[in-house]
Amino acid sequence: MKNSAYLFCFSGVLKRELQRSLQQRTRFISALVRPLLWLAVFAAGFRGTLEGMVIPLYGSPVDYEVYITPGLVGMIILFNSMQSSLSMVYDREMGSMRVLLTSPLPRSYLLFCKLFAIALTSLLQVYAFLAVAFLFDVAPPPLGYLTALPAILMGAFILGALGLLLASLIEQLENFAGVMNFVVFPLFFLSPALYPLTFMQDGNTWVYWACVINPFTYVVELIRHALYLDLNTPALLVNLAAFTVLTNAAVLGFDPARRMLNNRAPKGR
Amino acid sequence: MPVAVNIQALSHSFADRKVLRNVSLTVEQGMFVGLLGANGAGKTTLFSILTRLICNSSGNVVLFGHDLQRSPADALATLGVVFQQPTLDLDLSVLQNLQYHGAIQGMSPTDVQARAQEELERLQLWDRRHERIRWLNGGHRRRVEIARALLHQPQLLLLDEATSSLDLESRIQLIGHIRSLIKTEGLTVLWTTHVAEELETDDQVILLNRGEVHAQGKLSDLITAAGASDANHLMLNLSKSGS
Repeated sequence: MKNSAYLFCFSGVLKRELQRSLQQRTRFISALVRPLLWLAVFAAGFRGTLEGMVIPLYGSPVDYEVYITPGLVGMIILFNSMQSSLSMVYDREMGSMRVLLTSPLPRSYLLFCKLFAIALTSLLQVYAFLAVAFLFDVAPPPLGYLTALPAILMGAFILGALGLLLASLIEQLENFAGVMNFVVFPLFFLSPALYPLTFMQDGNTWVYWACVINPFTYVVELIRHALYLDLNTPALLVNLAAFTVLTNAAVLGFDPARRMLNNRAPKGR
Repeated sequence: MPVAVNIQALSHSFADRKVLRNVSLTVEQGMFVGLLGANGAGKTTLFSILTRLICNSSGNVVLFGHDLQRSPADALATLGVVFQQPTLDLDLSVLQNLQYHGAIQGMSPTDVQARAQEELERLQLWDRRHERIRWLNGGHRRRVEIARALLHQPQLLLLDEATSSLDLESRIQLIGHIRSLIKTEGLTVLWTTHVAEELETDDQVILLNRGEVHAQGKLSDLITAAGASDANHLMLNLSKSGS
């Protein structure tokens, strides 16, 4: 295979993911509505939550809307990754995954392209959300939008890889609802997306430790700090480790052919 | 005649269930070969091994001189595949589906555009290139899948029960188109089916039964050898011996 073939494949997979996103406008809009509801309604109700509390990153007492915005960015990435995984389960059930697997290019490369495409659609949703959040007086430093980009991209890769791993474990589309309840919600709520970890430290210790070992915690913290022109080194290190482990596990361990065919085998082959 | 597909001592099992047993067969280039067998004969498993969706437990598969295990990229590049299940993206247009397929085959956008136009015009679908697959009927969707399978100019076209879910008219048109490609393009076709009527008496046929090659040769010869009156009778005898 020529090197250019890899490039054409990469751009083709990206283009398809973007085309699908544009065709499914309701999906794009609902991806924005969810965090905006949290920002406009939930945050309004809990405005006094952080009153008098100084979070070192922000320097002075901070509005709750400002605090939860990076968490909601994480929410967008998390949900988009899981939804993209859902589309892979759908692809497999519909058989279009088979077409992808008959490509002469290495499967690990095809999956890497798929991961990148998922990350790119997350990125678009995140920046659309941040543009609307600006109207709610969530205005990080202008340069912060740029410095947050690699953090968002890394987070999207990590969660996309997690989604791919889950997609390889799920046999039927219906089972995905269970993943939302047992994976997505615990990941989101056991993190500093909605409140600082010190809140949990003062209260329930096991919840605090669950937050500490949750990789999503570090995705959110890396984005939060990057958005305000700061580098959270421990969060970066955990992100790098999670990125390495999960992308490798997803790309090398993902074998949809094995599952999709072996599962059907006993029925009449 | 040069060999397109060379399978030697191929076996495959799912858990403790053996679905292919020591299968050996060859398909010559430029031929239309029917892979005929009742449901459960092992056709789809063989098809899945040829497309490398699953790896065989033992034996060798060589496509146009490329060993499928040792040089899968070269072997897969020779293949165009039409699966039994629909595999088009319903939310994308005809052209977008072809563009995506061309990209994952490593083709440049310029080449894809030119080839897509060629194939879609040949199948009278060029005027409908911007229509979403969702709005096409079953026959048209199958034609798009054929165009897609031929986009990267493969040497071997594999079709797995490609006419299932098609009405009689669409079925006749599809088979006619595939046969014409052998003459015009020199394509090799391996046609998996359990419907004997889709084959002509002059066609080369591989009869698969309970995971084994039961017989291989010209359909008319196989009918005579089995003492059957026609292809349907042959299939019926095969099913009885397999049950």
